[in-house]
Amino acid sequence: MAENRDSRPPAPLPPILGRGGPALSIGKVERAKDTRGTIGRVWGYLRRHRLALIVTVFLVLGSTGLNLLGPYLLGLAIDRYILPGDLPGLARISLLMLVVYLGSSLLTWLQSYIMAGAAQNTVRDIRNDLFAKLQILPLGFFDRRAHGDVMSRLTNDVENINLVLSDSLTQLVSGVVSMFGVAVAMLVINPRLTIVSVVTISVLSLTLTRWVARRTRDAFRQQQATLGKLNGLIEETVTGQRVVKAYHREGVVIEQFDAANRDVREAATRAQTYAGFVGPLMNFVNNLGLAIVAGIGGWMAVQGLATVGTIASFVNYTRQFGRPLNDIANLYNTIQAAVAGAERVFEVIDEASDVDAPDALPLAQIKGDVRFHEVSFSYDPGVPVLKNVSLQAQPGQIVALVGPTGAGKTTIVNLLTRFYEIDSGWITIDGQDIRRIKKEDLRRQLGIVLQDTFLFAGTVSDNIRYGRLDATDDDVIAAARLANAEQFIHRLPHGYHTMLSERASNLSQGQRQLLAIARAILANPSILILDEATSSVDTRTEKHIQEAMLRLMTGRTSFVIAHRLSTIREADQILVVNHGEIVERGTHQELLDRHGFYQHLYAGQFRANERQGQASDGASDEDESPELELAPT
Amino acid sequence: MPATRRLARFLAPYRRWAILAPLLMVLEVTMDLMQPRLLQHIIDQGIGQSNLSVVINTGLMMVGAAVIGMIGGVGCTVYAIRAGQGFGADLRGNLFRKVQGLSFGNLDRLETGKLITRLTTDVSQVQDVVMMLLRVMVRVPLLLVGSLIMAILTSPRLAMLFVVLIPVVSLALIWIINRTYPMFSQVQRQLDTLNTVMQENLAGVRVVKAFARAQHEIHRFRRTNDRLMNQNLIAVRTSAVTMPILMLSVNLGVVATIWIGGIQVKAGGLEVGQLIAFINYLMQTLMSLMQVSMLVLRVSRAEASAERIQEVLDSEPDIRNLPTTYVDLTPRGRIAFENVSFDYGGDEHDPVLKKIDFVAEPGQTVALLGATGAGKSSLINLIPRFYDVSDGRVTIDDVDVRTMNETVLRSKIGIALQESVLFSGTIRENIRWGRPNASDEEVMTAAQMAQAHDFISRFPEGYDSIVGQRGVNLSGGQKQRIAIARALLTNPSVLILDDSTSAVDVETESRIQAALGQVGKRHTRFVVAQRISTVLNADKILVLDDGRIVAEGTHDELITASPIYREIYESQMETGVLTHGGE
Repeated sequence: MAENRDSRPPAPLPPILGRGGPALSIGKVERAKDTRGTIGRVWGYLRRHRLALIVTVFLVLGSTGLNLLGPYLLGLAIDRYILPGDLPGLARISLLMLVVYLGSSLLTWLQSYIMAGAAQNTVRDIRNDLFAKLQILPLGFFDRRAHGDVMSRLTNDVENINLVLSDSLTQLVSGVVSMFGVAVAMLVINPRLTIVSVVTISVLSLTLTRWVARRTRDAFRQQQATLGKLNGLIEETVTGQRVVKAYHREGVVIEQFDAANRDVREAATRAQTYAGFVGPLMNFVNNLGLAIVAGIGGWMAVQGLATVGTIASFVNYTRQFGRPLNDIANLYNTIQAAVAGAERVFEVIDEASDVDAPDALPLAQIKGDVRFHEVSFSYDPGVPVLKNVSLQAQPGQIVALVGPTGAGKTTIVNLLTRFYEIDSGWITIDGQDIRRIKKEDLRRQLGIVLQDTFLFAGTVSDNIRYGRLDATDDDVIAAARLANAEQFIHRLPHGYHTMLSERASNLSQGQRQLLAIARAILANPSILILDEATSSVDTRTEKHIQEAMLRLMTGRTSFVIAHRLSTIREADQILVVNHGEIVERGTHQELLDRHGFYQHLYAGQFRANERQGQASDGASDEDESPELELAPT
Repeated sequence: MPATRRLARFLAPYRRWAILAPLLMVLEVTMDLMQPRLLQHIIDQGIGQSNLSVVINTGLMMVGAAVIGMIGGVGCTVYAIRAGQGFGADLRGNLFRKVQGLSFGNLDRLETGKLITRLTTDVSQVQDVVMMLLRVMVRVPLLLVGSLIMAILTSPRLAMLFVVLIPVVSLALIWIINRTYPMFSQVQRQLDTLNTVMQENLAGVRVVKAFARAQHEIHRFRRTNDRLMNQNLIAVRTSAVTMPILMLSVNLGVVATIWIGGIQVKAGGLEVGQLIAFINYLMQTLMSLMQVSMLVLRVSRAEASAERIQEVLDSEPDIRNLPTTYVDLTPRGRIAFENVSFDYGGDEHDPVLKKIDFVAEPGQTVALLGATGAGKSSLINLIPRFYDVSDGRVTIDDVDVRTMNETVLRSKIGIALQESVLFSGTIRENIRWGRPNASDEEVMTAAQMAQAHDFISRFPEGYDSIVGQRGVNLSGGQKQRIAIARALLTNPSVLILDDSTSAVDVETESRIQAALGQVGKRHTRFVVAQRISTVLNADKILVLDDGRIVAEGTHDELITASPIYREIYESQMETGVLTHGGE
């Protein structure tokens, strides 16, 4: 009569759906690699709440003891008072039972209450550590990992730990304790009956559980594998749904899906069926235990070796003995999943972080003199991206980086920000090697405007203020004005207080870039890094961005990944980057006169214009720069 | 649970199993219910009368009942899981087919992320509940009613206790659920907020680092995390009273039974065995009650999933075929827009395209120019019927596209979209995607035209390089070129390039254009562009502004005749796009 199966009752509703016993859910059943080490590290967090844990253990012991006292008193009541008809005695023992049960409930509640505190604090600490770690991980980490994977560690894996700590742990302890307690209590009451019933129940339970576990392990693994494949397929297809339709591939995709779906169905049927056997089998063990207690106990009672009260107590005890066994079997998967989750969490925490050298110096206000000396760099060892790059920017200069896609322009500025560490050579700012400078100080002096502007969920003014957190509203408005962003902000429904959605789909790309410029203006950096938008957004916004960028660059050392002729003309020096090297440098006119790579790039762009603009005389090799006629001068 | 019930139709093919499973469960429950009765028999008739054969026989009967019950339980599991998995697979399959049949308009509204959740998590939810329904949902109420009846049969007078206990336990349960359920939704909301912070920090990691805002972000996260913890604590601690209160009610019932029953035993109205059996039934009844409430919670949560699934199943494709006339397109399509207006059917109903009227002659290249939001992509989306016009008509070779079968129509059109989506697999498979039976030479020719051959050859695995997370990293421009090769390989009558060279540098782009020019007038070509250099050679340039064609003609015509075109031209020449493409 395992009334308590399949839905483990009063577990608080877990926020993540679909996690009942193993029989019900397709929860992830992952195996841990270093179980002991991982548990040790979780203990490192838990031990901060040692006092709470100790108290909890005592409470568990107490409540379990009281729970066991109940059936004992029940047997006593029958034998001593009900059968002889001693009503005053019955009243006394009933009252005692009442107190025992009240106490047991109170202790149970207290233990959950205290354990919840320890568990939630632990989970919070793990989450905090994980997040703080993310902040000091090098960018390379984020390049290598899919965001979904990292997110899943922060959410699902931590949640798995949470589930075990707040729920399974006390269940496990009380389960083990009550099994021992029950065995002891039964031994005290009637050793012979105990041996017969307990041995039968344990041996049968263990055998059956092991039988099921052996079968489910592989089946679950297979289920997860097929399910992973199916979900991957679903994700890919639905994400690319428009292309699927454009190429009328629906039929093929459905075929692939059906095959994967069939695999899942087969694997899941197997896994779920075996796992589902746990319930009826445990129920059977319990009923068998009951039959043994009744049959053998009855036979013993007839022989005078047991009493009716004993049987009544034993009926209760066998049930209390069977349930923890059942629970522990159920907990096994939950705990496994949590350990695997913890392992994945610690994997991130153990990643090498991007910390400052111990002797790193703070950086005071700088002038903005930037030098690269024979800098080489590669993202992947063996595939050099930059080779011996040397450059020098005087304070206040505008340096334009031009070159084809993949030449290394972005990499150069990424090294200046120390997003990545150089392999050889050195970079200095005002004569100080940037590796000796505290990263945060360094970056505070740098302003970066990327072409793909990232905005946070929050208001427009929150997003501008990200550049300087203590800026006043007036500062924010002034920055927006300088960035030419004021006009469009005023047109937004709530002006500066308009909430921007996560992807900020309510703003155009150009508008987002204007906000990024405002943000950089507010930050007031000494050195600027600008990445111009590649596609001309629309003519009017384009002009605004140009103006705002020029305003921003005034008086700061600026590195511009340039796509616009006007920007390039403003530059004090142009660095032409190709295949990871600076192949040419100079001003616009100097470079054109050189007839080198720059001139070639330039001509490639305007070849078509020449045809159109100059009475179409075909492949003109006219070197006279079209810029001269196009320039407004 | 109306939505869940509507999904029940997917259980129909597994009707037999779905009926068999509960029947077998009835067997198990019946056997379970017999156990206390038999126990009582042993105590009163066997021990009470010192009759050993009654004890032994009844004991064996209990073993027998346990075995039969187990067979019932195991059988129920087998059939319930089969039915449930079959149901789930069919539901998922139907949903997937539905999604495949939806039009772009539906997809816009349903959102990709949500569709994925529906196909994965939501289906699992509903499937889990179906499997549970077939097993536990039968077991628990049966056990509840059965125990109640057995208790009444065992001792009608003691059964009066239920009159007090059941309402008390029910009220306690309802009270707890009502209190904790909103608490847990609050927790879920806090968790969402926390996830948002994390997601932002992952997506915006460069910004956070660039502005040296790590400490700021850590504080922000801590605050959110603390709020989540506190909310969680409140919820967990409140719900932690459930178990103690229920245990207490059950145990109070036991004590009351002992007390009242003891008096009755003395008065001679009750046997001890009956008393013990009654206690068993009592415990079973109350435990079942508790489980019923848990199950109700489970099902009500699945109902939300069922509703979401039903919403997709109920959505009708926007694209409806007019009575289909099979049309085989001539290799060179003449495309005409006749007074076409179009809106996305949103709340505002502000048309995206207004009275568009033009003709593309076979083999012509038509370029669309205009600011973001001018309607360029909307316009070309009407040709392959990703959306249908709101007014007017689009014709190919004088046949309204709405009378054409979508598949036939789209097989004649090659399209490279703005966002170039590639699928997992090799580069070769991706290029071959639109025409799986193309030869390797054809794949290579298409790649060469799209200027993709050179960089593909540089990969160690060449065309067999795996695309995607575990494979080679492709830049935006490289993906776009593969997407163009994919479009070219289909040998389309109509080729549409929707801003599909935006991440390709200008020089490469002009080589692509030159390559396309060499194949001559094999197809009618539409080019959407923001760069003026892309459109200069077109046979016809359409300048769009706010959903209208404001100028139409060749570059030479427009540069003199259209002030807007001249403005765009001059502004782009002035800002001059020198190099191109992000890294």
